Amino acid sequence: MDKYINIKVKVWRQAGPKAQGHFETYALEHIFQGASFLEMIDILNEKLISEHKDPIAFDHDCREGICGMCSMYVNGHPHGPDSAVTTCQLHMRKFNDGDTITVEPWRSHAFPVIKDLMVDRQAYDKIMQAGGFVSVNTGGVPDANAIPIPKPVADEAMDAASCIGCGACAAACKNGSAMLFVAAKVSQLALLPQGKVEAAQRAKAMVNKMDELGFGNCTNTGACAAECPKSVSLQHIARLNREFICAKFKD
Amino acid sequence: MWLKSSSIGRKFIMSISGLALVLFLLFHGCMNLALVFSEDAYNLICSVLGANWYALIGTLGLAFLILLHFSYALYLTILNRRARGTDRYEVTAKKEGVEWESENMLVLGVIVIGFLILHLYNFWYKMQFAELTGIETGAFDPQNGAAYVKALFTTPVSGPIYCVLYLIWLCALWLHLNHGVWSALHTLGWNNHIWMKRIKVIGAVVATLVVLPFATVVIYYLITGFCC
Amino acid sequence: MAEKNTQNTGIITPEMAKIPAGPLEKKWTNYKDHQKLVNPANKRRLDVIVVGTGLAGASAAASLAEMGFNVLNFCIQDSPRRAHSIAAQGGINAAKNYQNDGDSIYRLFYDTIKGGDYRAREANVYRLAEVSNNIIDQCVAQGVPFAREYGGLLDNRSFGGAQVSRTFYAKGQTGQQLLLGAYSALSRQIGKGKVKMYNRHEMLDVVVIKDEDGEPRARGIIARNLVTGRIERYFGHAVVVATGGYGNTFFLSTNAMASNGSAAMQMYRHGAYFANPCYAQIHPTCIPKHGDFQSKLTLMSESLRNDGRIWVPKKLEDAQKLQRGEIKGRDIPEEDRDYYLERRYPAFGNLVPRDVASRAAKERCDKGFGVNNTGLAVFLDFSDAIKRLGKDVVEQKYGNLFQMYEKIVDENPYEDPMMIFPAIHYTMGGIWVDYELQTSVKGLFCIGEANFSDHGANRLGASALMQGLADGYFVLPYTIQNYLSDQIGVPRMSVDLPEFAQAEKAITDKIEKLMKIQGSRSVDSIHKELGLVMWDFVGMGRTAESLKEALKKIDAIKKEFWTNVYIPGEASSLNNELEKALRLADFIEIGRLMAVDALNREESCGGHFREEFQTPEGEALRQDDKFSYVACWKYTGEDSEPELIKEPLDYEFTERKTRNYKN
Repeated sequence: MDKYINIKVKVWRQAGPKAQGHFETYALEHIFQGASFLEMIDILNEKLISEHKDPIAFDHDCREGICGMCSMYVNGHPHGPDSAVTTCQLHMRKFNDGDTITVEPWRSHAFPVIKDLMVDRQAYDKIMQAGGFVSVNTGGVPDANAIPIPKPVADEAMDAASCIGCGACAAACKNGSAMLFVAAKVSQLALLPQGKVEAAQRAKAMVNKMDELGFGNCTNTGACAAECPKSVSLQHIARLNREFICAKFKD
Repeated sequence: MWLKSSSIGRKFIMSISGLALVLFLLFHGCMNLALVFSEDAYNLICSVLGANWYALIGTLGLAFLILLHFSYALYLTILNRRARGTDRYEVTAKKEGVEWESENMLVLGVIVIGFLILHLYNFWYKMQFAELTGIETGAFDPQNGAAYVKALFTTPVSGPIYCVLYLIWLCALWLHLNHGVWSALHTLGWNNHIWMKRIKVIGAVVATLVVLPFATVVIYYLITGFCC
Repeated sequence: MAEKNTQNTGIITPEMAKIPAGPLEKKWTNYKDHQKLVNPANKRRLDVIVVGTGLAGASAAASLAEMGFNVLNFCIQDSPRRAHSIAAQGGINAAKNYQNDGDSIYRLFYDTIKGGDYRAREANVYRLAEVSNNIIDQCVAQGVPFAREYGGLLDNRSFGGAQVSRTFYAKGQTGQQLLLGAYSALSRQIGKGKVKMYNRHEMLDVVVIKDEDGEPRARGIIARNLVTGRIERYFGHAVVVATGGYGNTFFLSTNAMASNGSAAMQMYRHGAYFANPCYAQIHPTCIPKHGDFQSKLTLMSESLRNDGRIWVPKKLEDAQKLQRGEIKGRDIPEEDRDYYLERRYPAFGNLVPRDVASRAAKERCDKGFGVNNTGLAVFLDFSDAIKRLGKDVVEQKYGNLFQMYEKIVDENPYEDPMMIFPAIHYTMGGIWVDYELQTSVKGLFCIGEANFSDHGANRLGASALMQGLADGYFVLPYTIQNYLSDQIGVPRMSVDLPEFAQAEKAITDKIEKLMKIQGSRSVDSIHKELGLVMWDFVGMGRTAESLKEALKKIDAIKKEFWTNVYIPGEASSLNNELEKALRLADFIEIGRLMAVDALNREESCGGHFREEFQTPEGEALRQDDKFSYVACWKYTGEDSEPELIKEPLDYEFTERKTRNYKN
């Protein structure tokens, strides 16, 4: 049963991209365990505002686990200690009375901090722009049922497509690699006949962009998949490797 | 060149060189196992793989593979540390389903290499190298490797120490391969959601198959040494 | 001149709304056959600003860029992929009739008109139904992984307000998949350099410049870079606004935290009419509120009503025990359960439209039958479905929704029935647009939820995605050319023009004024106060009295806001509180407009329920003779009441009936 707890929150404060960051610890009393983690941060911010202090800047939007905007590294886990959820769906019942909760931004060379817990994830957009699409223009496409797709294939593509682009994979990876993110898109589109046409080109373009942006090299530790809020699985990385290596050998 | 410039290319090199080394170790292990059964058979193998041209080419190839594997490992590690950024996490927690060895491959690799140097000094320097150059490297008859091995592991005091050192080495190797083998196959793209579990089991089995023959010889001498 | 005419008469005729002549099914074809186009060489010389990257914005930006226009696209999030369309769960309607259950374009049109309680424009809705099929084709071609049957063909599910299965879906993440499809098309154009993307930029005003004939035309926007705090100016030959709805006026809604109605208010202040602001949809299946600190409400997909059954206890004493936490839902025997939707609406049962389901829940809770500690919840029960289909099938269909529920409420919905309660979800009202999706300001277009056009007084489930994509992929890219074909001679204008400078100055003055208040209340605390007033007085059941009360209270809140808000930090850097304050200033105005409109509309229709106007059974009672019109509100100044302009709705092709979901 949910109850009220007293906690301490140790938060990374950084005034701007170039500023020196540091941790600050705030005590919070009487926090209901049914509150979401971000609601707890809201309460903390209300408190800071009432003391005329600068509230903590953090990214958040839909608060139902799908937009991928929230991005906090809580107690050593991207999106916190609960499994298969984003920070916004993490609830205070995962914490106990007296806990000190450490909250950090994503830390990765490709995700520079903007302010406090807010990071710049445009690198993911750039990877998508390099090839994360099927080259069709609006209009002039065949009927939706013209190409049957076996259900298991469609389902697997859906699993890959459920990626929300939050960046937890690269944040969790000790190598700062974005392979799971890239693999999810490459895998989804390589599985479907509509995307297969450009599969080789896509794999090469997206991997090249990923490398260019300074993401690390995947060593298959599996931390990305373990921390992925949408449980995108590691097998998609194997498919990306396959697509990429085959494409390179064909050249 | 994509094998150097792209992340998957680099990983491809790691996988191929790693798998080739695994094959060599399997072969090497089987050869060692002969010791337990027949010293003559071992000596025969030793003579076949002495200072012959094909054995030498093999040796050079191995050296190249090891160098390639290790230098790529260092290069990848440097790149990965850079990708991680300058600020480190204050708190890092154990992530469920992440093997310890997978996050410490370089450490394990360094341990393996360290012992490899000892091993090269113990064996290769005194066997193939000695034979090749004709330099007298020790009280050792190149035609009777078996006796030398036996002596190394059963000499009082130093024998058991060598045994334990080699066992530590083999543990590190097992851990390295337990992640390395499936990871190499995964990197080559030989994986899917059905094979994920199987491939990990295959990795563990291969790691065990590689380590077991070596360990058997060491333990065999450890036990016989104590009994004598 | 539409504007001049309306000033005289206060009436918008079908001609002013540019509705093409001819039979319903020929209108759109006729329009396309005769509209003006822009040739490829000229497209390159035209800049189009698109604000918003949801389904409508992203699809429009991508399509326009594919055609050859230069597009400037803005979004307030860190990436265009985060727009709130992503949160739509259930699905998207299309009249494909793949299930052979008698669906057709006309039937989808008719269901939408009827579902909207006969308050939508026929021509627009028919066009929507017509292009719905193209949307599915387009999305499949983009690689959207819709659910499929074992034969490899597309699967469908049923949604409220329809007797056919026409809803296409991708697990419980249809909005996400459709948005990512549009985002991928957009990304492709950004990669090619045809779209210039501005992330973390918020539109703060539209810039209107008079042409040589004295006709005001939208020529650009003023936006704030949310990272640097800099105010920036952008020029476009036309401006397309796709910024979604204003549901967050209620503070608690299913909208995202940054969803706002400010762009709509900026257009409104420049002369674009705000149409039917009082039509807000209250979604029946949301997770009930749990505390004062709550930041938003989470929706459970309407698709759950396919298999879930909604009930409350028959006996008041059972309900009271539930409220005290003494028993659980599963402890109440079958014969003591009141499946009130099935009882009241046998033909549609649990799949009645949203407004009907929401009011029915409120009615039961008002009578004291609520099932949680606040008394504001009803059960959505899957035990029958689990018995009938097995847990595996239920898990496969709704697993991710069940998981979401469990994470939030900490109860297992496979064992205990879910608890749900209505919450603000969508706004059918919005900026008035003509058939071309152009507002009453030339060159200013409005698409998606931000406009008012297609859903009348109530939107059917799975139709929002349809409308957003229809507008963005298949309607606006055509109709905007009819406007732009006249603009090919207009050179790119400098953003140093006095109109841009004035607009920027007005913004900086407003920001400065806000920053100087330095009062004692946080933005959120005032917003919560506004939300409570809206919910209590302009919510599910409205009366003339409650609305008059609301107006008084909103005016008081406005005064409090402008005298006592506290915004920390500086305006010239990243400042979340300032962003929220600018949005709240507009929410207060929208809230007021909603109340004014609701007070004017003396009838009940769709999402607008005036308690004075109901049938003896408690159903909505329309007053077709008096209120069969679109109420368009025209801005007349900061402190004066808006002027009402009417667009009469004449139903040429459908017979207007009282909505009946009973038989």
